[in-house]
Amino acid sequence: MKRMRAFIQKEFYHIFRDRRSLLILLGMPVVLVTLFGFAITNEIQNADLVVLDPSKDEMSTEITRRLVASGYFDLYKEAQNIKEVEKSFIFSKTKLAIIYPDQQAKDFQKEGYAQIQLLADATEPNTATTLINYASSIIKDYQMEVNGLQGRPPLIQPEIRMLYNPQLKSVFMFVPGVMTVILMLVSAMMTSIAITREKELGTMEILLVSPLSPAIIVVGKVIPYIALAFFNTLVILLLGTYVFGMPIEGSLVLLLAECVLFVLTSLALGILISTRTNSQQVAMMISLIALMLPTVLLSGFIFPIESMPWPLQWLSNIIPAKWFIIIIKNIMLKGTGVDFVWKETLILVGMTFFFIAASVRNFKIRLE
Amino acid sequence: MEKSISVNQLTKRFGKFTAVDAISFEVDKGEIFGFLGANGAGKTTAIRMLTGLSKPTAGKAMVAGFDIQRQREKVKRKIGYMSQKFSLYEDLTVRENIVLYGGIYGLPNKVIREKSGLMLENLELKEVSKTLVKSLPLGWKQKLAFSVAIMHDPAIVFLDEPTGGVDPITRRQFWEMIYEAADTGVTVFVTTHYMDEAEYCDRVSIMVDGRIAAMDTPYQLKKDFQAKSMNDVFLQLVRPEKSTAL
Repeated sequence: MKRMRAFIQKEFYHIFRDRRSLLILLGMPVVLVTLFGFAITNEIQNADLVVLDPSKDEMSTEITRRLVASGYFDLYKEAQNIKEVEKSFIFSKTKLAIIYPDQQAKDFQKEGYAQIQLLADATEPNTATTLINYASSIIKDYQMEVNGLQGRPPLIQPEIRMLYNPQLKSVFMFVPGVMTVILMLVSAMMTSIAITREKELGTMEILLVSPLSPAIIVVGKVIPYIALAFFNTLVILLLGTYVFGMPIEGSLVLLLAECVLFVLTSLALGILISTRTNSQQVAMMISLIALMLPTVLLSGFIFPIESMPWPLQWLSNIIPAKWFIIIIKNIMLKGTGVDFVWKETLILVGMTFFFIAASVRNFKIRLE
Repeated sequence: MEKSISVNQLTKRFGKFTAVDAISFEVDKGEIFGFLGANGAGKTTAIRMLTGLSKPTAGKAMVAGFDIQRQREKVKRKIGYMSQKFSLYEDLTVRENIVLYGGIYGLPNKVIREKSGLMLENLELKEVSKTLVKSLPLGWKQKLAFSVAIMHDPAIVFLDEPTGGVDPITRRQFWEMIYEAADTGVTVFVTTHYMDEAEYCDRVSIMVDGRIAAMDTPYQLKKDFQAKSMNDVFLQLVRPEKSTAL
């Protein structure tokens, strides 16, 4: 025990003396959560709107007014003809154009039917779709009102409620995602680098010659990073709840326990990486490419897994982050307990044991 | 006399390549045993087997009375090791390094405190005890690394090219420390590139291509090979054709 303590103390010296890495380790969660929370959102505001409205009757001006009043659009220009609309798409940041017919109000009153054309800049497909949806729903609302005024029977009106995230805040998606990435980074990448550093410097040999057993060496190296990762978890959760209003509906104890479990999974991965390589650079590259990229791309953090082609969906099953994100979203947003996440939890536990077993095997081979 | 190390037909093969080919030798307690050879001759592989870092393919070796294959943990407690690469932590202070190694070897705090005080005094490192090791000159670092390697009073200390890149004066001081240690009964097993250092050893073995080509006292070796210095002995063994041409 005393040996272990001396060893862990040394590991903390390493971490605290490497100011730059420490700053990254402790600063990154804050920066990432803030970035994702404030800057990177799926909501679009103040998109430039161009209007071509030859008739300027009460109907078309009202629709335009409502679009601008929604906050999603800024009226950039009133075009005089279709050429001008085209030009503004090409030469400015116009995202959406709305083109009214010559006599919209008249048509509508006479035939009960009018056509409006929406043009979107689809060089950014997601933005285009989102803007079209915003505009369509605003126009539909208006149509409902007009119909109601004229005493016509209402059409089928869907009543929509978004459960668990009623305001569709994207930060609810990003907080679990960022937490996953950070925990993965701190645990897997930092430990694999810390262990390979000892190999690179040659101090690992000194340790292996000492009475410390290899298992103790690995555990001793890993414990400080568990502490660090746990600290980061708390920081992210605090930021998420107090700055971005992210709820923690479920049990906090369960949530933290799951976080610790994921940290252990990542640590096991980091150890596995470090048994395969002797250089810090390689360890870092493997961690970044083999761990970080799948964690960001295939875990459902940014891109929904359901819309991936089936080979990628299948591949996502072996990404620990996918299961962890499911677990924490369930606990934080839906407030579910162990009875609903035990399957995912077991998968993570299984993965952890698998990685540890693989590392032990590798370690023995290396000692030959 | 009690044997500190006894090696019998020790062999290490990597695939088809035989790095160490059935070497046998014995080292007495308190002896300074020089382990020489060109790069790639198998010195480091041999030392790695004796310290338990690498498993022998065949053969047997007893270190400090314990079998290196079956009693690795017991061997580990009895040996000190200073590797070719730097053995201390550069981002720890002098004192922290000492305390760390004392802790790893399970010395009681009181002993660590006494020993570190003594060590800092002997090495004249008292003023810099709170300085990070990376800012010390190489010679000081190596002397400190040696002191740390024998801090837990091992029966044997393995030194793998301890004086690489160190200036001659410091090397001289380093060897004085080795003699002091040997006087207290510590067996010193040292590999080196410097042939003048080979002269300081009680006995040397010279490895060529995984085998021990010669082993005796420096005096006897020089006599046998009719050489003026250990350097000549070494050259005759490593490049026989060249030395005969001379």
